[in-house]
Amino acid sequence: MTENLRELFSPALLHHIILPALISGIAVSVCAALLGVSLVLRRFSMIGDGLSHVGYGALCVASVLELAPLYVAIPVVLGAAFLLLGQGTSSKLKGENTVALFSTTAMAVGILVSSKAGLTNDVSHYMYGSILSLQKSEVILCVATALLVIAAFVLLYHRVFAVTFDENFSKATGIPVRVYNMAIAALTAVTVVMGMMLMGVLLISSLIVIPTLSAMRLCRSFRGVVVGAVVLSVIGFVLGFFAAVAMDLTPGASVEVVSVGIFLLCCLAGRLRGAE
Amino acid sequence: MKPLLQCEHVTVQFGTHTVLSDLSFSVEAGDYLSVIGKNGSGKSTLIRCLLRLCPLTDGRIGTAEDFSRKEIGYLPQQSGIQRDFPATVEEVVCSGCLGNHSFLPFYTKKDKLEAEKNMHRLGICQLRKRSYRTLSGGQQQRVLLARALCATRKLLLLDEPVTGLDPEASVEFYDIIRELNEQDHIAIIMVSHDMQKGLEDAKHVLYLDGDVQYFAEIGEFRQSDIARQIAQEGRQHIHLREVYYDRKFT
Repeated sequence: MTENLRELFSPALLHHIILPALISGIAVSVCAALLGVSLVLRRFSMIGDGLSHVGYGALCVASVLELAPLYVAIPVVLGAAFLLLGQGTSSKLKGENTVALFSTTAMAVGILVSSKAGLTNDVSHYMYGSILSLQKSEVILCVATALLVIAAFVLLYHRVFAVTFDENFSKATGIPVRVYNMAIAALTAVTVVMGMMLMGVLLISSLIVIPTLSAMRLCRSFRGVVVGAVVLSVIGFVLGFFAAVAMDLTPGASVEVVSVGIFLLCCLAGRLRGAE
Repeated sequence: MKPLLQCEHVTVQFGTHTVLSDLSFSVEAGDYLSVIGKNGSGKSTLIRCLLRLCPLTDGRIGTAEDFSRKEIGYLPQQSGIQRDFPATVEEVVCSGCLGNHSFLPFYTKKDKLEAEKNMHRLGICQLRKRSYRTLSGGQQQRVLLARALCATRKLLLLDEPVTGLDPEASVEFYDIIRELNEQDHIAIIMVSHDMQKGLEDAKHVLYLDGDVQYFAEIGEFRQSDIARQIAQEGRQHIHLREVYYDRKFT
């Protein structure tokens, strides 16, 4: 462990691996937490999970066809997100059923295609994420996504609140709810694909769901939950990431476990405060 | 002067099923219209049409020149909102102001004053920092009404506003509505399946029941066969309840 730590602070490693990983990880954590608040409160918690499976399928197909993985995955996941979220709460196929249908189908296609082509190794990369071997373009994409999501939330904060709280009332007062749903879907799709690269297919949805759940234990206001989710998400990521590097763990899993730890602490704190 | 809201020959069909057919009525400024009818009589569809959430198959809904349907203050049924949503009373009330301007990212001073005024009017100022989810049903309903008032100065649309309230809270709620109508001259459209209480303060009545549609002034409505029929059903209901209690307690 001490050897790992010493290695961790060597300048070359710091510059080429740790820093890019930290920057993109924090960027994606912030995006996931912000979008997560709206998704969790509208009972779309499993959307991240579903989209990441769709993304996995797309990546498999892309690597078999030898296309650039991101350029295939992003449009496919965007399409799926529009179909899943664009309908809002009033679609005929109800939320979780559609998600289950989409995610398993995409997963199956991905597995079939990649096993037929004998690419299991290459693709398992995306199963667990590759936060320690990011390319510069990927880091830039993460940061750009984060800036976009943060800007959208700052400018449209009150409308996001209104749409999340009561869709029908918002529609009646003339807010273009559909546009907002689409925008949230698009940003979620990009965030999920970024998160897949870092955390892996199986764990990205924890970044979306857990920070909001933790913040909901502590805060009474929407503003509090939004800010709390972002802060807790970043703390969870940074702690989990360094734990992973220091102890040579899988980063995605380590971040998830730390986030759950934070969630349990928040539950405890919420209960203590409630008891006072 | 043109009425605030005018439905002309409104027909709504879902597939082959006709929910509203050739419905005409109007709401004047300061009016109080009670829409009553059993479940499935098209009340909810009518609301959705008035709010432009549901397309008309035929007919049109017109408004007065200085009134847009965006300005309808809407009080939805409680079931549409999740009860564990983290939001303070202030946040919920302010969100009613969003329809007033289209692109400003923040609330203006005027919005905040308006929210303040409406919280004061409904006596929920002391609850402003409280979480919506910890309030009682009656308090939650006041919060949503304050939000609706932020969105309108002229017309409130209330969808089953007293469902889930205890008798005391619903009496209070009807009082508030009457006050808003009489003192602030806000027109009210109230949808209710309570055919007794829902009519007490009304000036006009729209009765919906399948093919039967009846729009009249309250006085005229009380003289009608439909009113007599409703009263009879009400008495039967009370009678049944008495029989039930008699059996239970003797």
